[in-house]
Amino acid sequence: MRDMAPDTSLAMAEAPSATPPILATRALCYEAGGKRRIDTVTLSIHARRRTMIMGANGAGKSVLLRLMHGLLKPTQGAVLWHGQSQSAVARGAQAMVFQRPIMLRRSARANLKFALGARGIRGAACAEQAEQGLAMANLSDIAHSPARLLSSGEQQRLAVARALICKPELLFLDEPTSSLDPASTQMIEDLVNAAHAQGVTIVMVTHDLGQARRMGDDVIFLHAGQVAESGRLSDVLSQPRAPSTRAWLQGRLYTDATL
Amino acid sequence: MPSFLDILTEALGLILSWERALSEIVILSLRVTLTAVVISCVLGLPLGAMVGAFRFPGRGLLTVILNALMGLPPVVVGLMVYLTLSASGPMGALQLLYTPAAMIIAQTILVTPIVAALTKQVVEDLHGEYAEQFASFGLTARDRIAALLWDARYSLLTVALAGFGRAVAEVGAVLIVGGNINHVTRMMTTTIALETSKGNLELALALGLLLLGIAVIVNASVMALRASAVRATYA
Amino acid sequence: MLRRHIFSLTASALLALALPGATAAQDQFIVVQSTTSTQNSGLFEQILPLFQDQTDIEVRVVAVGTGQAIKNAMNGDGDVLFVHAKAAEEAFVAEGHGVERFDVMYNDFVIVGPPSDPAGVAGTRDVVAALTKIAEVQAPFASRGDDSGTHKAELRLWKEVGIDAQAASGGWYRETGSGMGATLNTGAGMGAYILTDRATWIAYGNKGDYQIVVEGDPKMFNQYGIILVNPEKHPTVKAEAGQAFIDWVLSEAGQQAIADYMIEGKQLFFPNAGG
Repeated sequence: MRDMAPDTSLAMAEAPSATPPILATRALCYEAGGKRRIDTVTLSIHARRRTMIMGANGAGKSVLLRLMHGLLKPTQGAVLWHGQSQSAVARGAQAMVFQRPIMLRRSARANLKFALGARGIRGAACAEQAEQGLAMANLSDIAHSPARLLSSGEQQRLAVARALICKPELLFLDEPTSSLDPASTQMIEDLVNAAHAQGVTIVMVTHDLGQARRMGDDVIFLHAGQVAESGRLSDVLSQPRAPSTRAWLQGRLYTDATL
Repeated sequence: MPSFLDILTEALGLILSWERALSEIVILSLRVTLTAVVISCVLGLPLGAMVGAFRFPGRGLLTVILNALMGLPPVVVGLMVYLTLSASGPMGALQLLYTPAAMIIAQTILVTPIVAALTKQVVEDLHGEYAEQFASFGLTARDRIAALLWDARYSLLTVALAGFGRAVAEVGAVLIVGGNINHVTRMMTTTIALETSKGNLELALALGLLLLGIAVIVNASVMALRASAVRATYA
Repeated sequence: MLRRHIFSLTASALLALALPGATAAQDQFIVVQSTTSTQNSGLFEQILPLFQDQTDIEVRVVAVGTGQAIKNAMNGDGDVLFVHAKAAEEAFVAEGHGVERFDVMYNDFVIVGPPSDPAGVAGTRDVVAALTKIAEVQAPFASRGDDSGTHKAELRLWKEVGIDAQAASGGWYRETGSGMGATLNTGAGMGAYILTDRATWIAYGNKGDYQIVVEGDPKMFNQYGIILVNPEKHPTVKAEAGQAFIDWVLSEAGQQAIADYMIEGKQLFFPNAGG
């Protein structure tokens, strides 16, 4: 049996909130190298919720995240931010943490200050928020250390703090803990959850079902560039309807090659 | 003809008996070359960073031109600058011909493409790493360039050194636009050429060794600075 | 911090660019387009300080081949032309580039060669006979080949010999395309005969076992002339200071200074202004 488009719209109808979405996509398509990586994706991200994006390798999770954040331009379709088309202003209210932290060749503190400066925050406010970020990431003691000499766990904490001190409305995370040990993973999750508690909307790509269960409010399952199924995480996990989701949950689906 | 060893011995003696005339020549050489390198960096670093970091129409052509200009023969540059600064040239009124300024202009033209082309390479690699994060930050083009240049600063020291190497060893262009005038535009390389043509091979070689020594000192100090700075703040 | 350093470094470098030459103490200077032979012989270092002490006019000498010196002066890049190619100098004045030409001094050309003397011309006085022999045995001959005064003189001599030496260029006749000293260096390296002015030869520091083989022929007379570049054609020419230099060179004091210049007890140039 194949996924059906109505499945997708049905999932949309189950949206967990009546309020308008903070971010939505409309029939989003993205092609690269002659291949359709994202195929007619329509979805909504709701404010103050933690949405997990899941799916097999190659399903298009990272591409979708980049399209939503505006790092990639859709071939067709649109990304809407508060109902308006995505713009530079919109991106200013968003932040992103990458799978492998991108650290400037500067100290930990300078990395934070650079991000603040990019948002126009300078002077005393910048210094103060940078210290808050260091404290948040538990890196105050090594604020002077070159960021690229920190451990990978420390670097990712710094990356999350760097994203959060700019006080985004929405934080994208692309498998932020995939290469970290359990203790470091725990610290990242704590940071993200604390941000969520303060009202930041979270959209996170993860492979880790345990992590999704710990953190997710909603989930979007991607399969072959399309939304296979979406809704409340607990509902989807307990009663997966799409065959690809079932297969993935049973550990039978690692790539989008078959099915 | 004296043997190479004889010449070498005498050359060392000449360096040791450091004369005022020699120091004047060395100081002028460094002044002209370092000024040209600094100006070339002011022009070439942002230009190279721009070409390295951004996609724009004509970028490929600009890259080809920069790379081609790296191989510009100094004599050709000297002639171009001579024709421009000559009393009957378009900028003759400035009266810069046969002055150190003319030599600085010629060397700047020689060195800027090197700085720009090498900077492009360095910045392109770095930008490949940073691009997504910068886009996420929503950086302006100007801020991107500044951040890339700053983060590549230690690699760019090597770029500046390459420019210095080309300028300090250059003789064809400065000879034409400077005129090798005693006490005014006589540099180390033009003196070496002059003394060689006078058959004073010992003095020419002495100056050559001195030039080599200065180049080694400049390179060594910059690389030492780079090594310690890299250890301390950069990885 | 480092940013500020870079800024101040840039600022001081630009300042250095704007400042005049560190040793150009005098307010006034003239540019003399001259030849490598006068410069390489060391004559200017002897006579210029005397003039500068007297007048506070700094003389900046650009020493290139006579051909290039004349072209530079035609572009107005110089106040005084001081070279040795009488015909070309007279043409320069006739075309209006120069005001008037004056004889200053002379020396003579000599032919130097290796001790093995493959053409057997050592001791010859007759330059035409010597060149004929060199061409006959096809002994290597190094020519300036740079349109300089010496080169023009050499071509004039070949013309008298009636041999088209340039037809053998690349064979036994070798054009170096460079200055006198460089041609001596190159020519000696390949055991060639070389026509050189006597002053350069005496002052030349890398003679090795080379020696003069042909000298004393009146045909090898080498006359130097001096010309003020025409200020009517080139308004930037410093006519007054340039004329002051010419007047001094032609004066008794200037002529004496030229006569006084000796290396190893040998007089290099013979003043003949007004003669």
